[in-house]
Amino acid sequence: MNLTLHVWRQKNAQADGRLETYNVADISPDSSFLEMLDELNEQLLTSGQEPVAFDSDCREGICGMCSLVINGVPHGPDRGATVCQLHMRKFTDGDAIWIEPWRAKAFPVLKDLICDRTSFDRIIQAGGYVSVNTGSAQDANALPIAKPAADKAFEAATCIGCGACVAACKNASAMLFVSAKVVHLAELPQGQAERQKRAKDMVQQMDTEGFGNCTNQYECEAVCPKEIPADFIATLNREYVRAGVTASE
Amino acid sequence: MTPRNSTLDARVPPGPLENKWERFRRDMKLVNPANKRKHKILVVGSGLAGGSAAATLGELGYEVDCFCFQDSPRRAHSIAAQGGINAGKNYQGDGDSVWRLFYDTVKGGDFRSREANVHRLALLSRNIIDQCVAQGVPFAREYGGLLANRSFGGAQVSRTFYARGQTGQQLLLGAYQALERQIGAGQVKMHSRTELLDVVVVDGRARGILTRDLVTGRVSRWAGDAVVMATGGYGRVFYLSTNAMGCNVTATYRAYKRGAFFANPCYTQIHPTCIPVHGEKQSKLTLMSESLRNDGRIWVPKKAGDNRAPDQIPEDERDYYLERKYPSFGNLAPRDIASRSAKEACDDGRGVGHGRRGVFLDFRDAIQRLGQDEIEARYGNLFDMYRRITDENPYQSPMRIYPASHYTMGGLWVDYHLMSNLKGLFVLGEANFSDHGANRLGASALMQGLADGYFVIPDTLGHYLGGDKPEPVSTDHPEFKRCEDELHDKVKTLLSIKGKRSPASFHRELGLVMWEKCGMARTAAGLKEALKKIPEIRAEFWENLSVPGTNAEFNQSLEEAGRVADFLEFAELMCLDALTRDESCGGHFREEHQTKDGEAVRNDKDFCHASAWEHKGPGQPPVEHREKLEFENVALATRSYK
Ligand SMILES: Cc1cc2nc3c(=O)[nH]c(=O)nc-3n(C[C@H](O)[C@H](O)[C@H](O)COP(=O)(O)OP(=O)(O)OC[C@H]3O[C@@H](n4cnc5c(N)ncnc54)[C@H](O)[C@@H]3O)c2cc1C
Ligand code: FES
Repeated sequence: MNLTLHVWRQKNAQADGRLETYNVADISPDSSFLEMLDELNEQLLTSGQEPVAFDSDCREGICGMCSLVINGVPHGPDRGATVCQLHMRKFTDGDAIWIEPWRAKAFPVLKDLICDRTSFDRIIQAGGYVSVNTGSAQDANALPIAKPAADKAFEAATCIGCGACVAACKNASAMLFVSAKVVHLAELPQGQAERQKRAKDMVQQMDTEGFGNCTNQYECEAVCPKEIPADFIATLNREYVRAGVTASE
Repeated sequence: MTPRNSTLDARVPPGPLENKWERFRRDMKLVNPANKRKHKILVVGSGLAGGSAAATLGELGYEVDCFCFQDSPRRAHSIAAQGGINAGKNYQGDGDSVWRLFYDTVKGGDFRSREANVHRLALLSRNIIDQCVAQGVPFAREYGGLLANRSFGGAQVSRTFYARGQTGQQLLLGAYQALERQIGAGQVKMHSRTELLDVVVVDGRARGILTRDLVTGRVSRWAGDAVVMATGGYGRVFYLSTNAMGCNVTATYRAYKRGAFFANPCYTQIHPTCIPVHGEKQSKLTLMSESLRNDGRIWVPKKAGDNRAPDQIPEDERDYYLERKYPSFGNLAPRDIASRSAKEACDDGRGVGHGRRGVFLDFRDAIQRLGQDEIEARYGNLFDMYRRITDENPYQSPMRIYPASHYTMGGLWVDYHLMSNLKGLFVLGEANFSDHGANRLGASALMQGLADGYFVIPDTLGHYLGGDKPEPVSTDHPEFKRCEDELHDKVKTLLSIKGKRSPASFHRELGLVMWEKCGMARTAAGLKEALKKIPEIRAEFWENLSVPGTNAEFNQSLEEAGRVADFLEFAELMCLDALTRDESCGGHFREEHQTKDGEAVRNDKDFCHASAWEHKGPGQPPVEHREKLEFENVALATRSYK
């Protein structure tokens, strides 16, 4: 396949960026999208030009590192998949493809297609955990957990923290990310003791980081590679309200 | 070259196996709570091993700095583990015990691991599950609400705990959340997008590290009372592997160059169930969890060159070779055996798919027996993954699989305390060599990483600090400057070659040599060829490399070049070790040493030891030290899975 690529280039966080156009030829339809970018970079590098910087690590859809907006859609056209799982057979010979980084105030671009997502770590720091020190746990089977609750907790816990939800949202809201962690821990008996404080503190940190509000557009759910349902946001809202009420009592 | 009779003391506590760990804990030195915060600990790596260590050391009150090269500690490669984690809980009442888990692991490792370490691992495995459940790790459960288990290769009991196909992710998120809690509390400072580039040794002790900030290029010096290295494995020495793109040998290799011994580098694991290679531009391979072998049957056509579609091949023209050769373990034979059998079938011309480098993993019978819904519930995400990559539907036609580089049993030499021969350098998880011998059983790396990080290092590090009381060192010490100058020179050289080839092209070339000559089967002649070829590739690397840009910026080519440079040196050590180990054991199969049926032949008389290599300076051959492996509790047997 032969393709025309319009790629966001930006030297560093301070510099202005712009779209640059490149052509790649003879791409195998069995290649992954990132392997296609590898080939572009090989081409640039051997002609002494700077390759395009982009993030990836596991290349199998689980680490959450890859983060490209393709033709306006975070992670590209495949539903329920990260961009590292996207294959070139989804495109047609002669296509023009636009490739850009996540864009959000709380995710500043560091270079080309790479942005800074440490704001997500700070949200977890604010309360996305169970406070249990190593060594003090009881026998694991002393705490049976009904399968439906365990399954729901698992579904929420599949979030890979990639940030596509933020990149897709016109308000750059992180509500889906926050709700996934809040629901995961609220479903389990282990998460009860800190349940209300957790919801409150995580939402507060989200605001501090400069993420926007949720206005129910559901773009987040549509691009989430793990298909985390937007219903969780409603649960988060209830948890938050409950936390507020209890706190002011 | 005669191996040096070793000064290696594994510091295994005396007394019966069952009591060794208790014995150590009884006698260990402690650091009092008020003094802990005066000790600065540098933890490199935030995977299961490093993340759990940093979190726990933070909880105990140490001042911890933790480093990783990804943008968040949550993205360490442990995240990719699919299948599960072993623990000797005997929740299924099927005859499991600490002893049996210990025995299976020693046997699985082909009697090339240290008994005392493996026993401790089996013992602590039970606490891991308790700890993870307390953190909210959502393991799979039965309808009654209790934890579910499944079987993995090399075991006849069900002791593997799992979270659908994402066990590594869920365990790592547990450790990551514990770590973030400590970061929030100010006990741990996290430095992500930061790469370790050297270990600083002062008076024979590891006293600090040099790092490069991957965003700004800034090189920094860090001094501490101990360095805890948990930087994962070197499986990407083969270029194509199931490891993540950033996995590297840099951290452990630089420690080696500063005096830490590297043990058994030739022990690598080739995993039998990966999606086969499809083309030359491929960047990595994808694992299909071994748990699939619970229900999938592996076969190839009996006839070489059979081009029929799988459903056109009648039952009696199929060779279910694992079931045939290993009737009691069948499709659950250990990894080394399953991989080599696949290679043999393909070498016979009976392989299937691209280049005839593949075998079938067939779910037809399981779907008939259990229904498609049940198979979907068990393996749905793996089937989806397969379909996405290959564009084929595994519910309708069998998967095609082939072995790929997956895990490395070799690593920095450590004693029972997980301390290297370099005092003050502790090595955890896949980065060390200690627990898996010549072959690792499935679901035991996650167990080891977490045992090391949550339960071993907190005690053994305290013992070191409490007993040795290392003097404070500052980053103004001349050794820091000397190392930093060397580092700057190296980076300057990489940037000034201005040749024509990318770092990846050299990496790919090296990988092919290693896969051919030092992969699933090795010979003295092949290894000698590799030892000739590798320096040639390395020489061209230093003449014809292209790294655009500068050091003082985000420069991914420069990062990659540094890692490839280390692989190009390390590969030689790996081949040398494989050549020196003139026997077959576990994942190290020397074609010269096999039975008529192609089974590995160990040589316990001459090779029942760990080889720990000492760097002697550029251009000098490394020196081999040997740690004799004493088996006091299990009899050395020929591994049989028949
Ligand atoms: C696809 C796949 C599936 C697997 N499935 C299973 C399974 O089901 N069960 C099982 O038991 N095992 C499994 N394994 C093996 C297991 O996942 C790993 O062995 C284990 O997770 C390694 O953990 P670790 O903490 O030692 O290293 P890693 O998780 O690799 O972490 C390494 C850390 O070190 C950091 N690091 C590395 N180099 C540097 C450097 N130079 N500077 C700074 N930081 C650095 C990284 O950023 C990272 O934080 C699997 C492995 C793979 C590849
Ligand atoms: S690179 Fe890991 S999810 Fe895409």
